[in-house]
Amino acid sequence: MMQVNRLDSGGLIERSQPLNFSFNGRPYVGYAGDTLASALLANDVLLVGRSFKLHRPRGIVAAGAEEPNAIMQVGRGAATLPNLRATQVELYEGLEAWSTKGWPGLRIDFAALNDTFGRVFSAGFYYKTFLRPRLLWPAYEWFIRRSAGFGTAPTQPDPDRYEHVNAHCDVLVVGGGPSGLAAALAAGRAGARVILADENPAYGGSLLGSRERIDGQRAGNWIRAAVGELSTLDDVTLLSRATVFGYHDHNFLTISERCERTPGIATGNVRERLWRVRAREVVLAQGAFERPLAFCNNDRPGVMLASAVSTYLRQYAVSPGHRAVVFTNNDSAYQTALDLKRAGCGVTIIDSRRRGAADLRMRTDEDDIPVLTRHLVTDVTGRFGVTSVSVAQWSGDASQTVTSNIHIDCDLVVMSGGWSPAVHLHSQAGGRNTWNTDLQCFVPAETAQANRSAGAANGKLSLRDCLADGHAAGSAAAERCGFAPAADQAPAAENQHENPPEPLWRVPADEDPDRCPKQFVDFQNDTSVADIRLAAREGYRNVEHVKRYTALGFGTDQGKLGNINGMAVLAECLEVPVEEVGTTTFRPAYTPVTFGVCAGDGVRDLFDPVRKTPLHEWHEAQNAPFEVVGQWHRPWYFPQDGEDLQGAVARECRATRRSVGIMDASTLGKIDVKGPDAVEFLERMYTHNIAKMRVGRCAYGILLGEDGMLLDDGVMARLGEQHFYLTTTTGGAARVLSWHEKWLQTEWPNLEVYLTSVTDHFSTIAVAGPNGRRLLQKVGCDIDLGADAFPFMHVRDAVLGGLPVQLFRVSFSGELAFEISIDSCLALGIWEALIDAGKEFDVTPYGTETMHVLRAEKGFVIVGQETDGSVTPFDLRMNWLLGKDKDFIGKRSLERPDCRRPDRKQLVGLLSEDNETVLPEGTQLIEHARITKPMPMLGHVTSSYMSACLGHPIALALVSGGHERVGATIFASLSDRDAVPVRIVSPVFYDPNNERQRD
Amino acid sequence: MSKYSAFSLIRNALSHNRNWSEAWRSPDPQREYDVLIVGGGGHGLATAYYLAKEHGISRVAVLEKGWIGGGNTGRNTTIVRSNYLWTEASLLYEKSLKLWEGLSQDLNYNVMFSQRGVYNLGHTLQDMRDINRRVSANRLNGIDAEVVTPEQIKKAIPCINISPNVRYPILGASLQRRAGVARHDAVAWGFARAADRLGVDIIEQCEVTGIRRNGDHVTGVETSRGSIDARKIGVVVAGNASVLADMAGLRLPIESHPLQAYVSEPLKPVLDTVVMSNAVHGYISQSDKGELVIGAGIDAYNGYGQRGSFTTIEHAMQAIIELFPIFSRVRMLRMWGGTVDVCPDACPILSKTPVAGLYLNCGWGTGGFKATPGSGWVFAHTIARDEPHELNAPFSLERFTTGALIDEHGAAAVAH
Amino acid sequence: MLLIECPWCGERAESEFVYGGEAGIVRPADPAALSDEEWADYLFMRKNPRGAHRELWNHAAGCRRWFGVERDTVSYAIARSFRLQHG
Repeated sequence: MMQVNRLDSGGLIERSQPLNFSFNGRPYVGYAGDTLASALLANDVLLVGRSFKLHRPRGIVAAGAEEPNAIMQVGRGAATLPNLRATQVELYEGLEAWSTKGWPGLRIDFAALNDTFGRVFSAGFYYKTFLRPRLLWPAYEWFIRRSAGFGTAPTQPDPDRYEHVNAHCDVLVVGGGPSGLAAALAAGRAGARVILADENPAYGGSLLGSRERIDGQRAGNWIRAAVGELSTLDDVTLLSRATVFGYHDHNFLTISERCERTPGIATGNVRERLWRVRAREVVLAQGAFERPLAFCNNDRPGVMLASAVSTYLRQYAVSPGHRAVVFTNNDSAYQTALDLKRAGCGVTIIDSRRRGAADLRMRTDEDDIPVLTRHLVTDVTGRFGVTSVSVAQWSGDASQTVTSNIHIDCDLVVMSGGWSPAVHLHSQAGGRNTWNTDLQCFVPAETAQANRSAGAANGKLSLRDCLADGHAAGSAAAERCGFAPAADQAPAAENQHENPPEPLWRVPADEDPDRCPKQFVDFQNDTSVADIRLAAREGYRNVEHVKRYTALGFGTDQGKLGNINGMAVLAECLEVPVEEVGTTTFRPAYTPVTFGVCAGDGVRDLFDPVRKTPLHEWHEAQNAPFEVVGQWHRPWYFPQDGEDLQGAVARECRATRRSVGIMDASTLGKIDVKGPDAVEFLERMYTHNIAKMRVGRCAYGILLGEDGMLLDDGVMARLGEQHFYLTTTTGGAARVLSWHEKWLQTEWPNLEVYLTSVTDHFSTIAVAGPNGRRLLQKVGCDIDLGADAFPFMHVRDAVLGGLPVQLFRVSFSGELAFEISIDSCLALGIWEALIDAGKEFDVTPYGTETMHVLRAEKGFVIVGQETDGSVTPFDLRMNWLLGKDKDFIGKRSLERPDCRRPDRKQLVGLLSEDNETVLPEGTQLIEHARITKPMPMLGHVTSSYMSACLGHPIALALVSGGHERVGATIFASLSDRDAVPVRIVSPVFYDPNNERQRD
Repeated sequence: MSKYSAFSLIRNALSHNRNWSEAWRSPDPQREYDVLIVGGGGHGLATAYYLAKEHGISRVAVLEKGWIGGGNTGRNTTIVRSNYLWTEASLLYEKSLKLWEGLSQDLNYNVMFSQRGVYNLGHTLQDMRDINRRVSANRLNGIDAEVVTPEQIKKAIPCINISPNVRYPILGASLQRRAGVARHDAVAWGFARAADRLGVDIIEQCEVTGIRRNGDHVTGVETSRGSIDARKIGVVVAGNASVLADMAGLRLPIESHPLQAYVSEPLKPVLDTVVMSNAVHGYISQSDKGELVIGAGIDAYNGYGQRGSFTTIEHAMQAIIELFPIFSRVRMLRMWGGTVDVCPDACPILSKTPVAGLYLNCGWGTGGFKATPGSGWVFAHTIARDEPHELNAPFSLERFTTGALIDEHGAAAVAH
Repeated sequence: MLLIECPWCGERAESEFVYGGEAGIVRPADPAALSDEEWADYLFMRKNPRGAHRELWNHAAGCRRWFGVERDTVSYAIARSFRLQHG
């Protein structure tokens, strides 16, 4: 396959390195240094896509981030990437790309019918139709959705990795063109810590391949010298292929760096890196975007931006055509005309201005390029490639129609509607923009953060000004960071006089703008001049309304190509100046970034840390399934011989109640409280009377929010006069510590109390069951464990099996129980000693499910299961826990009328009247069996289990007025047809007199 | 006023779309109205529409400081559902959902309400208890809801990851099939057009700077376009409720927070429904254009800046990749933020106030969009009759005094 | 991501901190003496200003100290951080 459009010489490509690639399945060859776009153009592939709505044939328009048409699917399988712009994809060996619109293909696309009826599919048409019959809307929508999207998401997980890097610097320079390089040099020489980031593979920006001279040397040599010097400076970090896509608050910027050069091929390596940069000062030097001109059929393949054509000629030695018409309203396109001429193309310049270019004009004359001033290109012919243009003479009055009586055959239309500085990051940072009448563009005005714009991004369009502006910005930024400017001069280039651009937002045509063939403003979304005029006519006059109604700027180029033209067309309709229309809000991302790089390595195993107890591996060895509780993994049950959950839990419950069970309770939160004011502090935080607790006593304690609702619960032990040990729920540990700390520090800083989380330091093993005491004695305990010496709800220091432990006589099962608290390093040893010694008692390890059943049999609540943030202590019959003679957090709220309502939802037990239905947890309770909707609900089942020990199902529930309704029969709605009778009973099903736990 | 239909589209196409009339007028404010609605978002415009349509009150002006629909109406992730936990909330949202179902026809404006279902995923045993509880309650309230298994989820959403070997495996979900998404901007425009047709004045670029009162009764407002008299004023300014309330000397139990969202580039259809997850904390759907529309969590700090912190976006990305590992190589096109008014119980305030003639509609937190028509409907009733409808009676300002909160945090931590 | 100065540790990224809401809300000395309205005002009502805001932050992933910050809720610019008054 011949690269027919490749010039014989020139460019920055490696001709010695041919690369094979394919597009839509056809093989082609390009060179190292090509982009996919330049390689396609070299191979004379002009048709690369279809537009979103009208499915018009489209070619490459641009050479960078503003490309709207060449939207590609690159790579296949798990490595495929949707929606890459061909202009920003570096060519690599084996690259496979596909166009993303058009069925059955690019050349024949049935949906191009939309174009035929384009006037029906005007802006906002879908709001006006598909209304009737209503039942057909899903079918209409099915069709709409079928035509959605460009590329396709991969169908397999991403094989590559991503990472995040945090960085700090004095000066971040965004953009490595002439201004950015000058800025980085100035700041770097001054000694500042600099990061220079550029989205392209090579630094130089607009200088790449240019013939300009800087400081007397060729631009290419100057770039090499500049980058060389920067790379020798220790405090300068150079990032190429790195797009600064977000400027966030407090000078925090995000950069996406492409580490792998083969985006469509998976390597398993770090493919992209997110730099999270906190910069003291930022220099924004991203350059400017050239604007298209809005003439009829300006979207034909072969209509391109002038700067893009120059880029293809200079950087890639590709001539996208052979007979070009250059249509411009400013001087810069004359350079492109010269570039084309030198590449051997025929060129005609059509300039809308009365005077043509200033300096360049003379040179074009020498080069014998015909120039038609005060003329317009009004229309383009050629479906899959340009064949000719219509040209008309113009009076200069944009409101009049013209007569196109000149026709020029050509295969390339080069357009330049002037330049718009890339104010994106400046605006993201909160900066304002003002309209510059001379340049006909928005330029950065006041900044909102520590940043400054330089060069073309600052409205400085000549090379000489760019270099000076960049140098000044770099020096000033470094100086703001405290570095004295280096005694260097700004790099110098020849001054070029230019005639100013003249506004030409909508090119007059032979018919008025509503009748003439479409003049596109936003290419990707098919937004035309007529669409914007229609929006304004219909009252969508705010620029944000126009954007949303016409989809202007909603494409993947985010309006880089067309927004300013669109706003100017709107201004014309509204008869106001462009600055009064204003811009839409600039939002990150500057160019699209992968979800993967934003997520970084915080996925899969590192999504959220898993917390494991010191006994975790022992549980794993028993094949215990785990339950996720907060960040913890807790053993759920310990299946034996193929048991299921039910079987294992029944066995574990029976064994515990009959003999002894042990459980890993290490996940409970633990807080050590010390200090002279510990008692006073806890009195205020917890509801019960702290002062009355003797040293060595344990108590059940609850925490309320200031709204009176139950927040957390746990056991409190008084270890000394002013020394307490608190436990919290597994999921609540961090919350409770923070809660205590906040009150202590912000409300009562005069209290001297020290809070220490000891959750991880100590592990807790619960030993429950009538043989618990014997088991501990067998392991070997140095204290008297008898009920008199060590009564229920007490704590003792002890040596158990030769190891120092703290023993708590507390019970969450209703059985005689001890909780062993031990240094986490020693936990496995004591656990195994208990298992060994327990053989004669058939000691049974149990998991969270059995723990739940045992506590439910006793009517003990679990915060977060029986409670949901709307449950008071009264609702749980915990009035006895509320200290009467003191204030505590939440107490006042309990006096509010709603907390005293007798029909509040209150904790009760439920028994299925059939004695066998295990009510699903969450089941709603109702008064009557007959269901009518909507149906008042009495409450819901919070916990429900088959109790192996009692031989029937039990449930806990919150029921309206439940405390007064014990004995009543209500109904549980198993579905919306079926309800079963249940009896309200006491929530304490087992050992109601609490004899066993005191044993 | 052109009536919208396929026929009108074709007829207008033949005349080069030059004869479409304005969707709404842009009148100058009059001296006096019967009712002023402060805030031209979806809720405010809906209120004006239903005041005119249901209560015959058409001397109404909607005062918008910027452009209509420019606040949270145009910044949300467009999810519409009614499967809330508590009866008070679910009946209000169900009223709204019923209105959504005929809204395009009622307004003669296609708001593209797409009932493609919403899955609320459960990742822990407690999540599943909460899901059962909510589904059971929804069904008794006549709201469609069902519990589905991971296998059923996988069948409906082939690109989701139901592997048990992930940090938060999917154990099941609730599914509301009648739930879905809508085209957010169209809701504002549709209500504006329909209200305008009934005589309501929609006045953009008109910022309210003061609320005038005579004793305990409101008498009008000061605006950037002069003072306007009215005996009834409805304040519907999501994100700025505290600021407006302050003008009337009221304190609110509200804090305004940034809430962020982002969209991907347009993709071919890959996700036909809406997926929400509390534990992993993300929610996602795919728009008719093909963009994945993804909501992030709320930013913790108070903020009116309509932007939040990038770390919040990172977390939302991680959550989405956990649920949908295939989206890792998809690219974010745009991120943005809105300002949400959050009440302590995650429920709105739709209420009369201690100031006679002043009515408040605020505090929708992250869940306002779905309520747009229902909110407008009950608020119009409240203003017209000077008493709440039974659907919004529980959402009074007094509940913060009596303690009768409707705490939706419990089962809907991500209450979008 | 905000840059917040902890009065004890210096400037750190927002991700190290936990937000604590409006500063200067003093718990009433005698809650029982308050009417329901007064109690609700303390419990729920917030200034929530658009502009300067005095708020609490906790250096949760650092020294765990609570401190005050004056921040603009529109621009997010931080005027200063301050230690809470100790009695």
